[in-house]
Amino acid sequence: MSAQHEHEHLSKHDQNLHDLHDNLDHVVPPRIYLIVGATLLVFTGITVWASYLELGVFNPIVALLIACIKATIVVLFFMHVKYSSKLTKLTVAGGVFTFLVLVGMTLADYFTRAWGRW
Amino acid sequence: MSDSTAIVNGQAADAHEHPHPPYQRHHFENMGQQVDATNFAMWLFLLTEIMFFGGLFTAYLIYRNWYYPAFVVGSHQLSILWGTLNTGVLITSSLTMAMGVWCAETRRKGGLVWCLVLTFLLGLVFLGIKTIEYSEKIEKHHVPGFHYSVQSFVDPQSDPEVYKAYHDKPLRLDMARHTEVYFSLYFAMTGMHALHMIIGISILGFMIFRARAGAYTTGHITFVENFGLYWHFVDIIWIFLFPLLYLISRHG
Amino acid sequence: MSTTIVNLPDQSTARVPKTNFLSKENGLLSWLLTGDHKRIAMLYLISITVFFFIGGALAGLIRLELLTPQSDLMATDTYNKVFSMHGLIMVFFFLVPSVPATLGNFLIPIMIGAKDLALPKINLLSWYLYIAGGTLMLYTMITGGVDTGWTFTTPLSTHYLNTNVLGAATAAFIAGFSSVFTGLNFIVTIHKMRAPGMTWFRLPLFVWSHYAASILMVLATPVLAITLVLVGVERGLGIGVFDPAKGGDPILFQHLFWFYSHPAVYIMILPGMGVISEVVSTFARKRVFGYTAVAFSSVAIAVFGFFVWEHHMFIMGVSNYSTLVFSLLTMLVAVPSAIKIFNWTFTLYKGSLTFETPMLYAFGFMGLFTIGGLTGVFLGSTGTDIHLTETYFIVAHFHFVMVGGMLMAFLSGVHFWWPKMTGRMYPEKISQLAALVTFIGFNFTFFPQFILGTLGMPRRYAAYPPEFQILNVFSTAGATILGVGYVLPLLYLTWSLRYGEVAGNNPWQATGLEWQIQSPPLTENFVQIPVMDHDAYDYEWLERQKEKEVTTSVG
Repeated sequence: MSAQHEHEHLSKHDQNLHDLHDNLDHVVPPRIYLIVGATLLVFTGITVWASYLELGVFNPIVALLIACIKATIVVLFFMHVKYSSKLTKLTVAGGVFTFLVLVGMTLADYFTRAWGRW
Repeated sequence: MSDSTAIVNGQAADAHEHPHPPYQRHHFENMGQQVDATNFAMWLFLLTEIMFFGGLFTAYLIYRNWYYPAFVVGSHQLSILWGTLNTGVLITSSLTMAMGVWCAETRRKGGLVWCLVLTFLLGLVFLGIKTIEYSEKIEKHHVPGFHYSVQSFVDPQSDPEVYKAYHDKPLRLDMARHTEVYFSLYFAMTGMHALHMIIGISILGFMIFRARAGAYTTGHITFVENFGLYWHFVDIIWIFLFPLLYLISRHG
Repeated sequence: MSTTIVNLPDQSTARVPKTNFLSKENGLLSWLLTGDHKRIAMLYLISITVFFFIGGALAGLIRLELLTPQSDLMATDTYNKVFSMHGLIMVFFFLVPSVPATLGNFLIPIMIGAKDLALPKINLLSWYLYIAGGTLMLYTMITGGVDTGWTFTTPLSTHYLNTNVLGAATAAFIAGFSSVFTGLNFIVTIHKMRAPGMTWFRLPLFVWSHYAASILMVLATPVLAITLVLVGVERGLGIGVFDPAKGGDPILFQHLFWFYSHPAVYIMILPGMGVISEVVSTFARKRVFGYTAVAFSSVAIAVFGFFVWEHHMFIMGVSNYSTLVFSLLTMLVAVPSAIKIFNWTFTLYKGSLTFETPMLYAFGFMGLFTIGGLTGVFLGSTGTDIHLTETYFIVAHFHFVMVGGMLMAFLSGVHFWWPKMTGRMYPEKISQLAALVTFIGFNFTFFPQFILGTLGMPRRYAAYPPEFQILNVFSTAGATILGVGYVLPLLYLTWSLRYGEVAGNNPWQATGLEWQIQSPPLTENFVQIPVMDHDAYDYEWLERQKEKEVTTSVG
């Protein structure tokens, strides 16, 4: 708390120094982190519980879906992407896209081998 | 190099008008640019990590599709207890790391040190549990390349603990041999993940010392923030590894 | 050839500026611990040249062996090692780093108006990783070599060879990280450190093509890294991931390997294309036709380059449906490259052409890359690929694009920016001769290989049917001429360091920020960070500058 008061009452000279420390426009409050952390633990429990249910072909789908949700909230909140620039968001999207190209197009070969010849 | 900064600013160096924090590198125009650039660089590095693990995930998805029964039986050899516990440990360590970044942002030196220490300890707990799991595998001769044995898959009842839980049917010998691919991927993926954990924990150790000296609570938090990104990324890898490796066909 | 745009200062009074990045500090450590992107570029230039000539010597051995149909110069196993090492060294230690690590490192900060790259220490680390990888590769060569071909194809590399596969794989792994860090540095720098007024669409096209290549470096190279790790583990522990006997699929290796190695060829060629944009514009005195198209096509090549890797695997047992898709995508990826050729050609049209050495190499590039690229389209069509793959047609195809294309672009760039980097001009007459010799030698070497391939001569064979000998002899003769063409620049460029004419700031009367500063540049590049107020290739702006030019001398 005291640190924030220091910022508000800077002299004009020190205001010039404001630019000289890191950009602190978006300080995510701890409340958010605790909620996200709790959510992640809950989802972990759900994943384990769901794995014991007989869902047939949907078991791996549910598991991966939950994993994607968990990863998304880690990226958005713990890694601050929700509060970051468009460039950062685009960068993350680009990485995920390239990963999906690698996996998807390689698997396309394997899955279509069974289709035989024309 | 420092004597040229006088010329570089285009005017006589007036420390009063253009103060130059000690941690600003001379090729950046201002701190904002430096913070922006290093943050972006860290994200690009994480992209390389996504693609690095991507190859392993691709291999996993192909062989799981080809040798599903072997993957099921292989997965049943892992302990859900340890796996879930480890997931919880890692998620908590991500939480403590995020809190650490907040402490650095709000200049709470004591809080930062505590958060880093907790993250460090949780990381060690994770590695400890992994060690327990790996040594179980070594005992059962389920480590590819080191006297790998398919005994427990051809004759599941020879492993009473696992058989009690899953009543797996015995695998034919050829499918049983494919469990080696499952364990190869298990060790490759968790091993690569563990390597990244070890690197992260080492850097955390270094950071704890620097944090105690107040290096990250005077307004320059880039190192902590960027390390946080790395740590959360390692957590995300585990978030995917856990269901893919541990939770194959756990029902019935 | 009598007209020239070269504009040198009066040689009787001109001097190379006393204060510059080369003279700023002395001593070995000031070079080995430098953060200055220009010094790192020079370190790379020297190392790359060394590796180029080692790879070239290996090429000489290949061509010598192929003079006769029998495998008589060396044992076939040795021949396998020679072409493998030739490929590994040329790909990983020459082609991938050549333009980006030398010219890119040197010029990108200057072209965008920055004092250095974003991460100078990472830049230096890149060079050390390159040296480490290169040293390990040379050590591998000396201690028995590797004979898998540069492609490490499984299960040959994992199960059937007792050569130093691990050493070569590790060396390539290390070199890969060098490439990753260079690309990462470029992307951050181009995004975050452009001077005021330097918008994306005012950037020189050299910067755009390096940006595109850097995206590939960052995203594709890690896949090579994990693939090599898997090869190493498979070889060492027999885990079974690529072993059919244990249920593994050797084709998986190829998927992962080519996922990197196809984008790798675009990593190699895109920076060269950037050089050509700059050179063609300067020696036609005309802005590049269709700037936006060239910029976007660079990025398009990078993006599409990720979608076509399976065309290296058409005959390997992949599914027919995937070959259909990848073949179509391969046709699409040729389009942006063609767009660039069209744009350069239209730049020449009604331009004011002169034929200094960089322009000669650029012309060579445009013709030879077009041929190489078109033959790539033949190979992208599955039907023809079945007959042409693994023959000398492929060898000719990639040498046309890599040697006729990339290497010519590299030489073009080195000659173009030599005066900027060293403050000295190279001798024009002998360099034009060398360019001509290279062009002639190249065509004699590699054109017969297209014919050999169509006739059915397989690649990577030390022995061949006697009816192919005459074309092979042609090819070897050409290779000798080509070798002369490459040795000449080594000699006269070194000579020019001491005896070349003083170049001055802008001997080519080119646009671009790098030509507005002294040659060689100051360590911090700019006395004052420039404010960019005009588009790239703005020759009218250059005219106005000359009118109000005041000569300043620094130091």
